[in-house]
Amino acid sequence: MCYTLSTVGYLMYLFLQKEYLQKTGFYLLAGGFLGHTVELGHRFIQTGYFPVHNLHETLSLAAWTMAGVFLLFQHRIGLRILGVYAAPLITFAMITAARLPNVPKEMGDLLNSLWLVAHVVAIFIGEAALALACGAGIMYLLQENAIKSKHRGFFFRRLPSLELLDSTGYACIVTGFTMLTLGLITGLIYAKSVWGRFWNWDPKEIWSGITWLLYAALLHQRLTIGWRGRRAAIMAIIGFAVILFTFLGVNFFLKGHHGEFTRM
Amino acid sequence: MGSMQDIVLLGLNHKTAPVELRECLTISKDETSIALKAFQDLPSVREVMLFSTCNRVEVLMVVQDKTSAVDAVKFFLSGLKHLPVTEFEKALYTHQGDDAVRHVFRVAASLDSMVVGEPQILGQIKEAYQTATTMKTSGVLLNKLLHRTFFTAKRIRTETGIGNNAVSVSYAAIELGKKIFGSLEGKKVLLIGAGEMAELAVEHLIRNRALNIVVANRTFETGVELAETFKGRAIRFDEIGDALQEVDIIISSTGSPGYVVTRNHVKEIARHRRNRPLFFIDIAVPRDIDPEINRLSNSYVYDIDDLQGIVDENVEDRHKEAVKGERIVDEAVLSFRNWYENLAVTPTIVELRKKVEGIARGELEKTLHAIKHLSAEDLEAVNRMVDAMVKKILHDPTMLLKGSRKHRDTSVYLDTIRKLFKLDE
Repeated sequence: MCYTLSTVGYLMYLFLQKEYLQKTGFYLLAGGFLGHTVELGHRFIQTGYFPVHNLHETLSLAAWTMAGVFLLFQHRIGLRILGVYAAPLITFAMITAARLPNVPKEMGDLLNSLWLVAHVVAIFIGEAALALACGAGIMYLLQENAIKSKHRGFFFRRLPSLELLDSTGYACIVTGFTMLTLGLITGLIYAKSVWGRFWNWDPKEIWSGITWLLYAALLHQRLTIGWRGRRAAIMAIIGFAVILFTFLGVNFFLKGHHGEFTRM
Repeated sequence: MGSMQDIVLLGLNHKTAPVELRECLTISKDETSIALKAFQDLPSVREVMLFSTCNRVEVLMVVQDKTSAVDAVKFFLSGLKHLPVTEFEKALYTHQGDDAVRHVFRVAASLDSMVVGEPQILGQIKEAYQTATTMKTSGVLLNKLLHRTFFTAKRIRTETGIGNNAVSVSYAAIELGKKIFGSLEGKKVLLIGAGEMAELAVEHLIRNRALNIVVANRTFETGVELAETFKGRAIRFDEIGDALQEVDIIISSTGSPGYVVTRNHVKEIARHRRNRPLFFIDIAVPRDIDPEINRLSNSYVYDIDDLQGIVDENVEDRHKEAVKGERIVDEAVLSFRNWYENLAVTPTIVELRKKVEGIARGELEKTLHAIKHLSAEDLEAVNRMVDAMVKKILHDPTMLLKGSRKHRDTSVYLDTIRKLFKLDE
């Protein structure tokens, strides 16, 4: 509920450009995040398992990490307009989650390893950061287009400088990539402890590997020949699209041992 | 107490007077003091202030007698500037009451300026007001009016976008630079050629703390001279290619018939620059910078027409915002009039209260003098009752006076009440 109101606040900020709207949006989002935290904690204590048993729980957890990561970035970098992207995304995830049936599935002890919790948390934080990078990328492209085309439209005044968008995107990607790497490593260790092998050629694993390589390439290019601006922005958007596919698409279209998490 | 019609403004501006005339009538700081002193001695003027900028001369007064005050001011100006009154009389406008107040509000908020929304005017008026207060020529009315003026001007600046966007080519370039680089602090600038607009842009950049100005000129000596004024360094014209590897902003304004920087130049160095953004400001006609460069990634080219286009757009935006400003001015004028009318009724309300309270207190004392057996508590209660009665009796007439402007002329009620209670004896 708070997320929805926050979205409204941020959208109004986009159009009306009033400082208090942005602040309201921010505090609503923070409030929503707190409430969400309490709810998740309550569920965890009640059921005693980490809430990733079905698509409802997974999405809800994704929205929660997204909100947390956004609040953190907002606090550190202060790129206010990013809320216009993040708040609706979180709200959308929550609404989708709410419309799905929430039936806990029996999954045995498979899910109660510390490695697994670390795996899920790291991956989710990483993906949330990369989602923000995608948002910064979209804004970069909009702003660059406004400047290059010399027709400053709706966005020129509302969006911050290219430099700030670019560096924010970069910061998000560095964070996201680090967490993604940690998530993959913990996942590998967990796989070893359960199935005895690090790598099982599961579709999810393959796609995660592809995602990781994509971001690794992006960072490598940036550090070596200074890939920045437009190209970096496009890559951030493509990267996030691949993540979305890895996160949801693989579970729906391809089979594998990650399937349970998104089962309806 | 007079009426709001005592506030009179006499002036001329860029709309009513050509520059030749404005030049002749510009009043310097010293002359302002002399003028204020002279006006102060006029019996027809109660309060006065004067401000003069390159676009206007305005005398704002609270008068005893309008016609003689206006004539005296005209006469004085004519004497001060050695210009017959007939020469400038046609350019003068006279506003009175609400109109004078509205005019002051509009001028201070820069709604009446040649470049709508320019920020200097408010400072100039503040200065003029300062002079008037030091000379003690401003009184209750002008003090209040000017404080309202500053408040209103600030409100218009923050609540409308009247001052938002650059309306000069060099400012427009700076604004764009900020959208590309975020901050211009520490950015390196290359100036190719010379020219007023280009140099103005460089000055703006320096004010925004751009660093390292490099100047390239066909005549090296000219370049050195120019570089000195910007505390930068000069390079030879054929060194531009190398300089491009280091700088962030390039301002070009040469008389060269062909492009000075071509697409290939920039493409070659992009890798060396690790794709850091390059911003070209091309003020030259014919153009110095290959427009194709704008297609390269992380390079942005704006020529004089692009910049002028932005300026035109911004001017249009400002005019749209000015409409909102006019509404705020209307509100402010109304609120000032309310204040003024309250001011006019305040003495009567105070006198009325004094009178009624006096009667009540007097009678109370007389009565209490005769009754001795009352306890402290009883005394308290009787006192409270009398206070409450005075309050309730006065409530309706007070409200009528304060609210009367909504219905009819205040003076009718004022007159009646003063007569009813014999306040003037």
